[in-house]
Amino acid sequence: MLKSLQLEPEKCTGCLQCEMACSYENEGVFNPAKSRIKVFNFHDEGRFAPYTCTQCTEAWCLHACPVEAIVVNESTGAKEVIEDVCVGCKVCTIACPFGTVNYNTDSGKVMKCDLCGGDPACADACPTAAITYVDSSYTGLDRMKSHAAQTVPKT
Amino acid sequence: MRHVIIGTGPAGVTAAETLKKLDPGALVTMVGDEPEPPYSRMAIPYLLIDQIGESGTYLRKNNAHFKEFGISHVEGVVESIDQAKNQVHLGGGTEIGYDRLLVATGSTPVSPPIDGIDHPLVSSCWTLEDARRIAAVAKPGANVVLMGAGFIGCIILEALAKSGANLTVIEMEDRMVPRMMNDIAGNMIKDWCEERGVSVNTSTRVESIAEEGDGLSVTLSNGKSIPADLVVSATGVRPNIGFLDGADIKTDLGILVNRQMQTSDPHIFAAGDVAQGKDFSSEEFSVQAIQPTAVEHGQLAAKNMFGLKNASHQGSVNMNVLDTLGLISSSFGLWMGVENGESCELLNKERFRYINLQFCEDVLIGATSLGLTEHVGVLRGLIQTKTKLGVWKDRLIEDPTKIMEAYLGSTHAIGHNAKIMK
Repeated sequence: MLKSLQLEPEKCTGCLQCEMACSYENEGVFNPAKSRIKVFNFHDEGRFAPYTCTQCTEAWCLHACPVEAIVVNESTGAKEVIEDVCVGCKVCTIACPFGTVNYNTDSGKVMKCDLCGGDPACADACPTAAITYVDSSYTGLDRMKSHAAQTVPKT
Repeated sequence: MRHVIIGTGPAGVTAAETLKKLDPGALVTMVGDEPEPPYSRMAIPYLLIDQIGESGTYLRKNNAHFKEFGISHVEGVVESIDQAKNQVHLGGGTEIGYDRLLVATGSTPVSPPIDGIDHPLVSSCWTLEDARRIAAVAKPGANVVLMGAGFIGCIILEALAKSGANLTVIEMEDRMVPRMMNDIAGNMIKDWCEERGVSVNTSTRVESIAEEGDGLSVTLSNGKSIPADLVVSATGVRPNIGFLDGADIKTDLGILVNRQMQTSDPHIFAAGDVAQGKDFSSEEFSVQAIQPTAVEHGQLAAKNMFGLKNASHQGSVNMNVLDTLGLISSSFGLWMGVENGESCELLNKERFRYINLQFCEDVLIGATSLGLTEHVGVLRGLIQTKTKLGVWKDRLIEDPTKIMEAYLGSTHAIGHNAKIMK
């Protein structure tokens, strides 16, 4: 059964453990700037919102890639960047309407959430269960999807 | 159903694959006029600097991909279409019959009317063949003149500069990438390139090119003449519609299509650089000639060739991203703004950072950025979904970098439109 990251901003305390875990897992450094998941700070409301790729079915990034460097991992459903194939043209970074594919100036490649191959480090690291890795059929995801759907361009 | 696709770029290949997914029994034939497997022109700059080999430019990496997909790939030049018989005619007398035809022939560099433009040391940078020719000459110490600092000129600028050649850029407009960047951004890119040793001459034209010794002498509109071992011409592209002369298909700058990507001949569709498709922002039909639009066109054309209902084009957002010697820039939609619209910007010239947002009421309609690599795609999302920003518009005017916060705050579980956060 496919699983998805469930993000619940109301449970997030802004501790940034997820960003640290993500950058360490994927880049080998504790550097939130290298994280594929980001916590956004809403000062006025006193809230935090973790956000990363929803592995959307439209896969804007994958279709926009001119060299087939983004592929679907059939076991996790994640859209993964194959670093050796990515040329660094950045077309996917402007194609993703959620803003969750970023260019890494150090590597000259793009990076995005790949669900850590099925064991996402951010979910493990989150102390308040604001980030959980749950069955895709879990009803709480419907709310997330319906919100995400508001920003899916209609073609 | 027999589907024939002329052109093997991103639009043609995407259409072919989409057709086979929708109708595995369909006969799908792609006709391409280059001897290579389908490849991406977007990847040519990375080939020029040896970051990838030629196979790294291929649109699909598995050699047997098209065969396994059941797509035939025929090499040939389509000379004409017989609309009465539903046949395309290839050079050499071959005929291929179709039930639905897709024209995805892309575009070709324009050749400006300049004396000497046909000299063998003047090359465009458009095909793998061009890339091979340029790579052979653009060596350390060689004098290379790049004509045109538009999007295509700029994506090969970095490769030419990295080759170690002495690079001089000539652009007739008053800034770099004038059709993608405003005055501030276009001139910051120029400053950035000049600081890195590239000579950039804006508001300057190439008057003539003449042979001199083993190389060329390039005469500019400012009266100067500069030596060149190679001139790379990147002064724009135009849709490949020449072979339609005499055909009963309506064209303007490109092939005119409706929102189903269908031409004036109901059996013939068009997609990609050759098609004058719907622009999301202006709602007019124009040639965008960009990779994401080519793919969108290809998918839509295939759905309509198959006969899906409700596959109507909502319009593609014009957008570009560029890396000029490490300075990353992007622009989206109506980056130049609209009459009675509002705008905001944040500029740090010393750090080469800039963001400019354009609004109509409380909806983002266009954007320009320099030095921004994080979450830049959300600008497209905000524009294309016409998200009502509410209070976030004023917050963006105060700090235009808060684009992700504006998106999350306007749309998500915490957002005002979701009635959870006000």
